[in-house]
Amino acid sequence: MRFRSLRVSTCLGVVAALAAGSVYADEDLNKAAQNPNNWAMPALSYNAQRYSTLKQINASNVGKLQVAWTFSTGVLRGHEGAPLVIGSTMYVHAPFPNIVYALDLDHEAKILWKYEPKQDPSVIPVMCCDTVNRGLSYGDGKIFLHQADTTLVALDAKTGKVVWSVKDGDPSKGQTGTSAPFVIKDKVLVGISGGEFGVQCHVTAYDLKDGKMVWRAFSEGPDNEILVDPEKTTDLGKPVGKDSSLKTWQGDQWKIGGGCTWGWMAFDPELNLVYYGSGNPSTWNPTQRPGDNKWSMTIWARNPDTGMAKWVYQMTPHDEWDYDGVNEMILTDQQIGGSERKLLTHFDRNGLGYTLDRGTGELLVAQKYDPKVNWTTGVDMNKNSPTYGRPSVVAEYSTEHGGADHNSKGICPAALGSKDEQPAAYSPETQLFYVPTNHVCMDYEPFKVSYTAGQPYVGATLSMYPPPGDSNMGNFIAWDGKSGKIVWSDPELFSVWSGALATAGGVVFYGTLEGYLKAVDAKTGKELYKFKTPSGIIGDVMTYEHGGKQYVAVLSGVGGWAGIGLAAGLTDPHAGLGAVGGYAALSDYTALGGQLTVFALPQ
Amino acid sequence: MKSCAGASAFVLVAILLWSAIALADGSADPTAIKDENGKYFDKDGNPTYHITPDGTVDWYTYSGFRRYHSDCHVCHGPDGMGSSYAPALKDSLKTLSYNDFLGIVAAGRKNVNTAQENVMPSFGTNPNVMCYLDDIFVYLRARANDALGRERPEKREEKPAAATEAEDACMGTKH
Repeated sequence: MRFRSLRVSTCLGVVAALAAGSVYADEDLNKAAQNPNNWAMPALSYNAQRYSTLKQINASNVGKLQVAWTFSTGVLRGHEGAPLVIGSTMYVHAPFPNIVYALDLDHEAKILWKYEPKQDPSVIPVMCCDTVNRGLSYGDGKIFLHQADTTLVALDAKTGKVVWSVKDGDPSKGQTGTSAPFVIKDKVLVGISGGEFGVQCHVTAYDLKDGKMVWRAFSEGPDNEILVDPEKTTDLGKPVGKDSSLKTWQGDQWKIGGGCTWGWMAFDPELNLVYYGSGNPSTWNPTQRPGDNKWSMTIWARNPDTGMAKWVYQMTPHDEWDYDGVNEMILTDQQIGGSERKLLTHFDRNGLGYTLDRGTGELLVAQKYDPKVNWTTGVDMNKNSPTYGRPSVVAEYSTEHGGADHNSKGICPAALGSKDEQPAAYSPETQLFYVPTNHVCMDYEPFKVSYTAGQPYVGATLSMYPPPGDSNMGNFIAWDGKSGKIVWSDPELFSVWSGALATAGGVVFYGTLEGYLKAVDAKTGKELYKFKTPSGIIGDVMTYEHGGKQYVAVLSGVGGWAGIGLAAGLTDPHAGLGAVGGYAALSDYTALGGQLTVFALPQ
Repeated sequence: MKSCAGASAFVLVAILLWSAIALADGSADPTAIKDENGKYFDKDGNPTYHITPDGTVDWYTYSGFRRYHSDCHVCHGPDGMGSSYAPALKDSLKTLSYNDFLGIVAAGRKNVNTAQENVMPSFGTNPNVMCYLDDIFVYLRARANDALGRERPEKREEKPAAATEAEDACMGTKH
């Protein structure tokens, strides 16, 4: 809790809104984030709700939306994340080579500066699933970028000049940077990728001023490396105890244990806790790594000043399906059972939507957000049960049970998860979560692999296809996090791989893999508007106001895992010998691109 | 290959294979004319697939299917169909020779210019790939020749003892 003296914002005349809360955040970021016209953080606000109070565009006029302007990033790979807008400057990022553009919104998006790092292209093939980057963060007059080669760089927001840079990992060992940095107070936090390369992953906090490392917390390893206190850090209300991670791995497998941290973060300033998820344990062959493999697949609540964990909850002990736990944590304040609760809601790759008390880590709800999820019959909610909090695994869909060299069929969801990194949104008005989902199942066959540093360490063969009887590979759903129920569900031909945006105008936005930006009614899901952008959308929809006008913007640029699995169409496992693939191919709908499309109402 | 020389025994194996086997274009007649302990070869002595009319595939084609969908498909897409950024190997193998295939997998390849940044890593030190080079090749050769569709081979020959021996020797595992 460091106080900063108030000073003139370095950033473009942002109106200082409220002073309250300024002790919690970096002063620049705090001011920028409190101005509803801006989009100053990856998820708009610390609570990661992706909810904008702007309402010039509303349910009755969104049908008239038009393209206001467009911008090409000059890169043709998968474009994840969203630009930032602070005052009259928009900051746009791109996949490898990770170009950053500052655009002047006062002068028809003229390029104020451009930053293009020199990176060794040998990092490209060690990025598991395309050369994506999930965006920028702002704070202390700087723009932060986590480059593919794991360089975390601080750029002067006005000039684009490098203020400092630090290397977070080693790409020659399969460590890469894809995540958006996250600014909290006087630190910038960053997670790392490499779960398919046997990386022992971590979250690291660097000093905002000079890039000096302050703390680093691994996902697995000895207590002093994972920053847990055996007595004070709790798991479902109980102390985790000594060596809580080491005990759950065979030998020193934790050293190549994965648990990567490439997802999104959220922060509760009052509780002073930062939340994120850790990913799959390495390898994908569960028979090769006995134990619960803690703390992979875990929701973490840490003190951002020290890194020390307050509580943990492992969603998928001993993962058998690559159900990474990295998806976003959305913080809401809602009533459950008549009392006001501080909640955390998380839509996991494993197909369960979790709601927890974010102060204590108490598990309140764990329900399937796709009815086709079949690997589990549900989570044991009985606090007195020895398996409290654990999912009950169906033997037929257990790849551990089937063992190495056995092909387990018809597992739902697929390794892509019922949802991947594409973040959901929440509207406090409807009290609903808007969730972009995948509707895909798989066959999964694990087999023995050997580890070589910097080489893929996968160990399973899988094929993916829509659930039997369905042809849609995605749904865009509204979810009640208090009861764990789907309120409405809009089918989509392909997985919905775009981050959602909820607005006070009663409109929810998302993108599709064919390239459509869609607007739907927040209450009913009824489609109100769609426009086909030049390439498939795996970016996150954002909104801002400039010159008295509300804009909605999204990056197009098909790619990422969606571009791999769906480009040619999914395999039809039921096709006869020699049959050509059975399901819709993305390549029939869209092609590579890299473009920002900005929408507004007509003059 | 110079950059890989001496990097590992796997590369050495690849080089030996390279020099020992007659050159042939990948598009050459894939008909199997020789069966050596369940491993099939074409008239030029290059590894090839063997699929009977009832759909029974040889062990190596099946093994190649599995290995491909572990280490290759994350870029080259399911069933060799390609992705948004990596080529469809079911097409590449129509023209790529066995030799060139081995060389590219072992040494990697860079295709970086103003329009694209495609980089394939060197798998020369990765036993999960290098010990199964022929398996992956014959699987993709079957795909390129439309002998195998976009499916998981359901029926296959038993794993030959020679395959187990070679695998153990290459992977350094024992039973």
